[in-house]
Amino acid sequence: MVIALRPKRVFKAPIEAECITPDVFSGKSVEEIGKLKVWEGNRERSLKELFSVEGESGAKPEGVSIQILGDVHKVRRIGTHMSAGSIVVHGDVSFHLGEEMAGGKILVNGNADSWVGSMMKGGVIEIKGDAGDYVGAAYRGGGTRGMSGGTIVIHGNAGNELGYFMRKGIIKVHGNVGQFTGVHMRNGIIVVDGDSEGRNGAEMTGGKIVVCGSVPSVLPTFTIDAVKPRVKIDGEKLAGPFYVFIGDVAEEGEGKLYILKASNTHLKFYEDLI
Amino acid sequence: MTVLLIKNGFVYDPINKVDGEIMDIAIKDGKIVEKAEGNGVKIIDASRMIVMPGGVDIHSHIAGAKVNAGRMLRPEDHFKDVEMKTEKTRSGVGRSIPSTFTTGYRYARMGYTTVFEPAQAPLKARHTHEELNDTPIIDKAAYPLLGDCWFVLERLAKNKIEECAAYVAWVMKATKGYVIKIVNPGGLEAWGFGGNMRSIDDTVPHFNITPREIVQGLCKVNELLHMPHTIHVHTNNLGKPGNYITTLETMKCVENLAHEDKPVIHVTHCQFSAFKGQDWRTFASGAEEIAKYVNNHSHVTTDIGQVVFTDTTTMTADGPFQFILYKLTGNKWINGDVETETSTGIVPFTYSRKSYVHATQWSIGLELALLIKDPWKIYLTTDHPNAGPFIYYPRIMTWLMSRVAREKVMKKMNRRARQKSLLSTIDREYTFYEVAIATRAGQARALSLRHKGHLGVGADADIAIYDVDPASVNPSKDYRLIRKAFKRANYTVKGGEIVVKNGEVVKSVEGKTFWVDVETSPSVNEFAPKLKQVFEDYYTVQYENYIVPEHYLAVSCPVHIKAEM
Repeated sequence: MVIALRPKRVFKAPIEAECITPDVFSGKSVEEIGKLKVWEGNRERSLKELFSVEGESGAKPEGVSIQILGDVHKVRRIGTHMSAGSIVVHGDVSFHLGEEMAGGKILVNGNADSWVGSMMKGGVIEIKGDAGDYVGAAYRGGGTRGMSGGTIVIHGNAGNELGYFMRKGIIKVHGNVGQFTGVHMRNGIIVVDGDSEGRNGAEMTGGKIVVCGSVPSVLPTFTIDAVKPRVKIDGEKLAGPFYVFIGDVAEEGEGKLYILKASNTHLKFYEDLI
Repeated sequence: MTVLLIKNGFVYDPINKVDGEIMDIAIKDGKIVEKAEGNGVKIIDASRMIVMPGGVDIHSHIAGAKVNAGRMLRPEDHFKDVEMKTEKTRSGVGRSIPSTFTTGYRYARMGYTTVFEPAQAPLKARHTHEELNDTPIIDKAAYPLLGDCWFVLERLAKNKIEECAAYVAWVMKATKGYVIKIVNPGGLEAWGFGGNMRSIDDTVPHFNITPREIVQGLCKVNELLHMPHTIHVHTNNLGKPGNYITTLETMKCVENLAHEDKPVIHVTHCQFSAFKGQDWRTFASGAEEIAKYVNNHSHVTTDIGQVVFTDTTTMTADGPFQFILYKLTGNKWINGDVETETSTGIVPFTYSRKSYVHATQWSIGLELALLIKDPWKIYLTTDHPNAGPFIYYPRIMTWLMSRVAREKVMKKMNRRARQKSLLSTIDREYTFYEVAIATRAGQARALSLRHKGHLGVGADADIAIYDVDPASVNPSKDYRLIRKAFKRANYTVKGGEIVVKNGEVVKSVEGKTFWVDVETSPSVNEFAPKLKQVFEDYYTVQYENYIVPEHYLAVSCPVHIKAEM
C-alpha cells in the first residue's frame, strides 16, 4: 500500500519528523497519519499542516511504502527506527536519515545530509546523489556503537568520518570521500570507488576499507603487509593489485586497508618494506 | 504554611521503633507536630499505603567538577532519556549522569529528600555548590576529599593532630563541607608520580607516611572535631582482586579508636572492596569475611554500592583505579589531577550479566547486604553512577526483599558466577522495616541528621508515601508491585509541602545545603596567616578566592559543633 506525502510549502525551519516511518504509519488511516506530531523549529505541528497525505496504509509495516514527493531538504529523521517496508524520497533530505533502522529500504533520488544510517542495525539505504558526513556513524561525541548491520550505497560523494565506530555491515561509495573514513572502525566493510582525502582507518581495530581511487598518504600507524592481486568483498571480486596495510598499530588493531596500486604510484616505496 | 494531616497510613519509622502501625502524621510549618489543628487542614488519605520518612542517600555523585566532566564526556548517555519541560519542572536529560534539575526531580519521585555528594575536591567547592544550588527539592551536602591533601599529609607525618584538625575545621568552613572523605589514602598522591599504594603500610612518596597513619590520623581529627559523621573511606586497592584483606586491615586499624560502640569509620561502596582471588580469573567474593568482621564489631558502618546490569559511567577521585578500568575496557576516559589535593577519573562502563566478574560483583553486593545482620550497619547505595544509576534503587529493594526476584536474575547470569554465588544459600529477605532502615533511618543516624530519617515530633516534614498495602502484598512474591510502588512515590512531602503527587513533580522547592561550622580554640581564623603562606607556595589560586562564602549557597544550613581542643 502506498502513502504519498507532498510538502504544502517550502520549509524554512528544520523539521523533526521521526514519525515518517512505515512502522508508525502501519495500521493507521490517512486521517490518523495526518494527526501525527512533528516539530517545526520550536513549534509542534501535525503532519497534515505541513504535508498533504494521500493513499492508503497497510496493516503491517512490511506492506507500507511511503513516497515523499517534493523538497524535504529541511526534514530530519525520516525513517528513524524503521524495521520494514520502504520509503522513497524524490528530492533531498536532511540529517539522520534512517537512524537506528533495523530493516526495510530507503531510496533517496537526491542528496542526503549528514548522519545517514547512523547506528543502523539492518536494512538498505540507497542514495542516488551525495551524502554528508558521518554516514553509518555512532552517536556523536563518544558513542561507540556505530552501524551494526545492513547496507548503505551512495552513488555520489560522501563527507568525512564515514563509518565512525562501524561494527558490521557494508558501506559502498561510488564517488569520493572526505577524511577519516572508517575512523574507530571495529568491523564491517567500506568500499570507496573514488578518491579519499586521507587518514583512512585512524584508530581502527578491525574490518576492511577498500579505496580504489587515490589517497594522499597512509597513516604512519599502518604497516604494509602485502600486495594482493584482488580483494573479495561480499562474494564479489575487485581486481587489483592492492597494497594491503594493517593497523591501527597505535590501538593494537588488526584492521585491513586496501589501496589500489594503479591509482597510487606515490606509495610505491612501501613495496621495499614488505 | 499549610497544615497537613496524613491519615491512616502504615507507618514505618525505625528510629522511633514504629513498625507498620496505622497512624496519623500531622505537619505544620514544615515540621512534624503532635496534632493538626485549625481550619484549612489538608488531609492526605494514606489508607492502604506505606508512609516512611523521606529517603536519605549517604553516597551519590550528583554534583561537582567531575560529575560535569562526565556529562560532557557522554552525550550518548543523554539523548535517549530526555525529560520535557512541564509547567512545574525544567527540561533535562538523564540516565547515568542526569542534569542537576533532573537529578532533583528523579530523587523526589522515588521519595528521596536528602542526598549527599561524596567527593568534592576542596578546590572545586564553588563548582559543586553551584550545581547543588541548581539541584531542586532535595537537601544536600558535600564531602571534601582530604585523604591526600598535602597539608593534611604534612601535619599527620609529623603527628601534629591538633594542627591538622584546625586545618580540617577550616576546610569544612571554607568549602562548606560536611564529612571527611578519604579516597585511596596516599594512593592519589602517589599517582601524581605514576605510583599507587598496594597495602595500607606502603609509604607515600615524599611524605614519609602510610595509608594506615592517614586513616588513623583523620579518624582522630574527626573525633577531636566532633564531626557529625565518621570518616568516609574509599579503601586502598579498591576494585582489585584480593582487596578484601586491605579492607579488613583498614577497618582493624581504627578499632582501638572507638569508644562505647560508636562507629568511627564508614567503609563506602563496600562491594568494590570485597574482592577475593589472585587475579580476574580466580576472582571471587570476599563478602563472607567482611560480613563476619562487621557483624562482630560495632565501629564500622558500610554502604553496599550494588551493581546493576546496565550501561553506566564510573567516576571516582581514585585516578589509578580509573586508569586500570580504562586499560580493561579500552573505552574513552578522563584522568585528572587537582593541584595539591586529589585526583580524578571517569570511564564509561557496562556491567554485563554474562560476564563472570560483573555477575560476581552483583552477587557480592547482595551477599553483603544480606549477611550483615544489623541493617543499621549497611545502607542501600549504588555509589551512583559507579555501579549503576540511582533510578535502579527500587529494583535493588526488591532484590533485598524477595528471594524469587534474586533467583530470577541469577537464572540469566553467568553460569560460573551463579554456581559460586552464596546467594542461593541465603534465605533472608528484608522486611519493609529493614528497607526503611537501609534507605533512610540508618543513613540519617550515621550522618547525625537529627531532623531527618524519622517521623517523630520535631522532625523535618520530609515524607514519602508509597502505594503498596503491606497487609495484603507479600513482597517476596509480588516484588513487581513493590518495584512499581517505590519507583514512583504516591506522595513526596518536602519541608511540609507536597512536591510529588502520583509520581509526578507538582512543586519545585529549594533544598538546603548542610555544612559544618566547627568552633575551635584557637579559632580557625588565627590559622589564616599560615594558610596564606601555603597558598602562596602551592596553589594557583589565592587564599581569599578559595573560600566559598556562605551567601554562595542557595539555602545555607550550617551545623554548629564545638571541637574538643
